[in-house]
Amino acid sequence: MNRLLPFEWIAATRFLREGAVQTLLIITGVGVGVGVVVFMSALLTGLQASFLQRMFSSQAQIVLRPPDEVARPLRRESDGFVVLATVLKPEQRLRSIDQWQKVRDLTKDIGGIITVSPMASGAGFAVRGEASKSISLMGIEPAQFFKIVDIPGKIVAGTVRLNAGDIVIGTELAQDLGVAVNDKLRVTTATGASQTLTITGIFDLGNRGSNERNTYVALRTAQTMLDLTGGVTSIDVTVKDVYAAEEIAQEITAATGVEADSWIKTNADFFSFIGSQNMSNAAIRIFVSLSVAFGIASVLVVSVVQRSREIGILRAMGASRGQILRVFLLQGAVVGFLGSLFGSALGWGILAVWRSYAKHADGTALFDVTMEPRLLAMAAVLATLTGLAAAILPAMRAARLEPVVAIRG
Amino acid sequence: MADPILELIGVRKSYNQGTPVETEVLHGIDLAMAPGEFCALIGPSGSGKSTLLNIIGLLDRPTGGKLLIGERDTAALDDAGLTALRGETIGFVFQNHHLITAFTALENVMMPILVGRGFPNGEMAQRADRLLEQVGLAAWRNAKVNNLSGGQQQRVAIARALARQPAIVLADEPTGNLDTKAAESVFELMREINRREGTSFLIVTHNLSLADRCDRTIEVVDGKILSDRKAAA
Ligand SMILES: Nc1ncnc2c1ncn2[C@@H]1O[C@H](COP(=O)(O)OP(=O)(O)O)[C@@H](O)[C@H]1O
Ligand SMILES: [Mg+2]
Repeated sequence: MNRLLPFEWIAATRFLREGAVQTLLIITGVGVGVGVVVFMSALLTGLQASFLQRMFSSQAQIVLRPPDEVARPLRRESDGFVVLATVLKPEQRLRSIDQWQKVRDLTKDIGGIITVSPMASGAGFAVRGEASKSISLMGIEPAQFFKIVDIPGKIVAGTVRLNAGDIVIGTELAQDLGVAVNDKLRVTTATGASQTLTITGIFDLGNRGSNERNTYVALRTAQTMLDLTGGVTSIDVTVKDVYAAEEIAQEITAATGVEADSWIKTNADFFSFIGSQNMSNAAIRIFVSLSVAFGIASVLVVSVVQRSREIGILRAMGASRGQILRVFLLQGAVVGFLGSLFGSALGWGILAVWRSYAKHADGTALFDVTMEPRLLAMAAVLATLTGLAAAILPAMRAARLEPVVAIRG
Repeated sequence: MADPILELIGVRKSYNQGTPVETEVLHGIDLAMAPGEFCALIGPSGSGKSTLLNIIGLLDRPTGGKLLIGERDTAALDDAGLTALRGETIGFVFQNHHLITAFTALENVMMPILVGRGFPNGEMAQRADRLLEQVGLAAWRNAKVNNLSGGQQQRVAIARALARQPAIVLADEPTGNLDTKAAESVFELMREINRREGTSFLIVTHNLSLADRCDRTIEVVDGKILSDRKAAA
């Protein structure tokens, strides 16, 4: 007997060992429940993480934009009578963010922000001989922007050099126009400005639309071509905790007065989808915990009846009601804990099987699912607490047994 | 006579009190035991011997009268107080061995000390080893109690009853399930411990020849003490 372990622990583990078959059966039951929950949680976490990762490999979590121009009804000056109530939205010409350098610096000072990347973008045409395609011309500061969208990692030809006369385009556009690296490309914008640029790199963002439309140039080049005279049309912001994006966006607006839209607001549908996924996962967790708890409780109730004589003897030898109570509470906790270990192993096994099936045609994983130690630790704590809670009623029954009745029985 | 280790004054016991089937099975028992006494408790089956033993052993409360353990009125004690007093002063030996099968012989003997102290230590194991030696089972210390014979199990139970050096050992038909030879040796063991250690014994038995070899024989019939004789010294 280990001298560091109290009577309650010694008795609890001996009782569990003596009833090995019952103990193993209930540990298996607990394990199956924990395994399913662990697997499902890991899958869900992986799924959401891969969704977010995909989403944020091509966009920032917060975008700062200048306010829209508001269309006002026309009123007669003398009496304010509305002359023209239905107005067309004014044609949105490119507007820039007022004093964007100051806005950028203020934004940088807010906590939880990783990157602040200004952009000057507008529509244009890329012309090569007879061929002409409409494009989105995006002027960027490469050092900042590449932290948000990893263009260098998506380059399939050339490099991402972006000097004054350089442009980087997508694979579809290159194909449509029949151009390659080092070729010249004439770009015209809505303001009428036109410039011949050198293609320094061709990227593949893994998305047809982006490969067709997105083109990147140096910020200065875009500012000149779009007639923005040093202005930017938006500022992209990435944050450490993507779920805190909305609060941070509001902080930015409060600090700078510039409208800041978080992905949470602009992707409200996706967000409520994640919410309902989490909720159904929580519901499954609760029901599994309940069935685990009832399983443990029923085994312990039987065990209390079977051991009532031994409980009586222990009481006759001077064991207190509290000691008896704890012997049975501990049994519940131990069963819960061991079940969670088995369940973690089981969940890991299910995941391994799932991984071997859930693959793209080319054999790469659909998405990355990892079993985080934190998830397993949480499963262990929850299962142990569930076991403890399930043991409360049986343990109280054991503690209430009158020794004289228990011994006679 | 030295101060009694326990004293019963007009002890009554009714089962199912307050119900239509209430029955009084002990009708006013007066009894005192001196330190070191070796007593037999005899009487027909159903006369109330076990009931009396359970009350003396603080496993059950009387419904009338007084029980003093070492001058202490037990009526004033709550459940925790009774449990503590029971652990310190009383050892039990039951008819059906009542060992705990999840533990070895040695661990069974240690158990009363362990529940009293909370944590095991080497001293407990040593004391349990000495007791097992005294009852002649040193070689069986690590045996599972299920693998012991009835006589051996009862010896372990006696060693266990002595673990906390109780003032008195209460034995309810300790030889009732044993053959004559085993019964004789278990009885002799208790007698020897009583002589050597001065521990009092109160032994319920149907075996009158064994009862005759006790210092004192108390006979209970229908919940009353019919006779209380001391053996001629
Ligand atoms: N828990 C109980 N409830 C009701 N009656 C009981 C209970 N225990 C014992 N009795 C009754 O009390 C009487 C005395 O029983 P007991 O003390 O066991 O006698 P003995 O040990 O002398 O055979 C018997 O009539 C028995 O039926
Ligand atoms: Mg009896």
